[in-house]
Amino acid sequence: MSTTAFLTDSTLCIGCKACEVACKEWNQLGDDGFEWSGNSYDNTMAVGHSTWRHVKFVENTPEIGRGGNSAAQLPAWGFSSDVCKHCEVAGCLEACPTGAIVRMEFGAVFIQPDVCNGCSYCVVSCPFGVVEKNEADGRAFKCTFCSDRQRAGLQPACAKACPTESIKFGELGDLRREAQERIKVLEARGVNDAVIYDPTETSVKGIHSLFLLRGDPRTYNLPPNPEVPTTYLKKAWQSAAVAAGAMLGATLLAFLGGRR
Amino acid sequence: MSRVPLPELPGRVPDSQSERRLNAIRREAAQSGVVSEKGIVPAGAPFPQASPQTGYYGVPLLKEPQWKPEVPLYFFVGGAAGASAVIANMANWLGDDRELVRSARWMAAGGGALSSALLIKDLGMPSRFLNMLRVFKPQSPMSMGAWTLSAFSTFSAAAAFASLVRDKLGPSIAIRVAENAAGALAAATGLVMSSYTGVLIGATVIPVWNENVGTLPQHFAASGLNSAASLLEVFGHVNSRALNLLGISASCYEVAEGVLLESKRHRINEPLHKGWSGAMVRAGGVLSGPVPLALRLAYAANGNKKLRRLAAWSSIAGSLLTRFGWVQAGRASARDHRIPLELPEGTAEVRKTSHQIALKKPA
Repeated sequence: MSTTAFLTDSTLCIGCKACEVACKEWNQLGDDGFEWSGNSYDNTMAVGHSTWRHVKFVENTPEIGRGGNSAAQLPAWGFSSDVCKHCEVAGCLEACPTGAIVRMEFGAVFIQPDVCNGCSYCVVSCPFGVVEKNEADGRAFKCTFCSDRQRAGLQPACAKACPTESIKFGELGDLRREAQERIKVLEARGVNDAVIYDPTETSVKGIHSLFLLRGDPRTYNLPPNPEVPTTYLKKAWQSAAVAAGAMLGATLLAFLGGRR
Repeated sequence: MSRVPLPELPGRVPDSQSERRLNAIRREAAQSGVVSEKGIVPAGAPFPQASPQTGYYGVPLLKEPQWKPEVPLYFFVGGAAGASAVIANMANWLGDDRELVRSARWMAAGGGALSSALLIKDLGMPSRFLNMLRVFKPQSPMSMGAWTLSAFSTFSAAAAFASLVRDKLGPSIAIRVAENAAGALAAATGLVMSSYTGVLIGATVIPVWNENVGTLPQHFAASGLNSAASLLEVFGHVNSRALNLLGISASCYEVAEGVLLESKRHRINEPLHKGWSGAMVRAGGVLSGPVPLALRLAYAANGNKKLRRLAAWSSIAGSLLTRFGWVQAGRASARDHRIPLELPEGTAEVRKTSHQIALKKPA
């Protein structure tokens, strides 16, 4: 089977949160609290164990025509629907000690809920802060890429519910090309700050949830250099080997010295 | 309708000034169609912005470690148990103190069992702890740790049991071979037990942990050795010269590690110097480095056992604090949104509690 992907085009997003609702409904997720954040119209703030799609609200400096806004007095909106990146090299998958996290036939990273034992090591291994343990349930959860729907030949719930096709679902290579073409179209219209977020140059080796954004991706909490924690393994085990050698040496010398 | 008591009204009394202002607004609206004056400024305004300079409203990008206190406690217990197996093996091989071998073997076995219990208790689904053993995954430190712990607790229990049989039934060849073999295997896995926890936290996305990945395993191993020697002293082995020497060497390493951590004062290491986590890491460092070192050297000079006992207790407390401090530092590090976003140095902290400010009553 081919590798499927999302392309989330923030220039088409209207911030309606239909993807959040569709995701919660299809996946039967619980609420994530009813609190005001004070940060624009975003009261969810981040993806987590009960939020697998999350619309970010960025208020830019007023600029006529930006964000579909003609009134210079109002902030120019930037919206982007965040989701699990389904990394090419996934930190959570590498770190999982039970083999609960697997790669699906269409390239998605999936946590098998009947295998996960809630050690929460994936939580500290995700460079995007996506995976979270549900303390009440005990297991870790994140976007499944609607693996159940994909197996049935359907597109993920969020993509299906998106009214502006801001969330596109398709084959990874196709979407990478489509994103490039979209950038060209936007440039022709005078939008010069559109970028594709796809960290192929890092140890993550690219993601299956591409983002098309305006401006610096950091504004949308996307890290410039996400790293898979396995890159630190060599240095760590080298230090452990030094430690083991030093411990052996120290005890050997101590007991030789202790004999007198 | 009349059954419901009328609510108390907030106490603003209309006066001539307020009525004049309302009339002025009405007049301006009628004349020009808009009210030109600045509107109400909500409490807490201006609200935080998302930008390349602040990130997304300062919302942490990474998730905090969700381990319960059982995990840092396990780092302590497992580290001490592992080192204790190494001590038992070496004392058995080179020493003449059978009593010390026996104590160290039991400490390793007890620590191994307690470690398993602590790790299982921390799991979200303790009933599924055996799932840890359905795969063998060298690239996952947690998987390596689970296998190491399983092997270690088995071997250390076998060695302790063999030493018990040997003491009860006498040292036959068979039982001595069994004890020595189990003891050697326990020591080999014990070396990993003491140091791998540094790998476990070092090879993660938490900035303060992976920044120090090159020395964390050594730091934790030294801490484990320090606490193992000290616990054996507390359990009565205050005459063993070897244990004092071990305490001195481990404390020496901890002094060096402390100097190293204090000298690397960049932004990523902030949680090691600031706040609760900084206080814990620093207190742990002082209690397991310079304090026991000075006390042990003083003991070596004048033979006052009180000083040695004090050194042992200081090392034990220091080792515990070190592990809790590092886990706490990981939490603080995950909360700092600036590091994974590589925001420029000197970036102001974003007000993360804007909703609380907004809800505050204006003065």
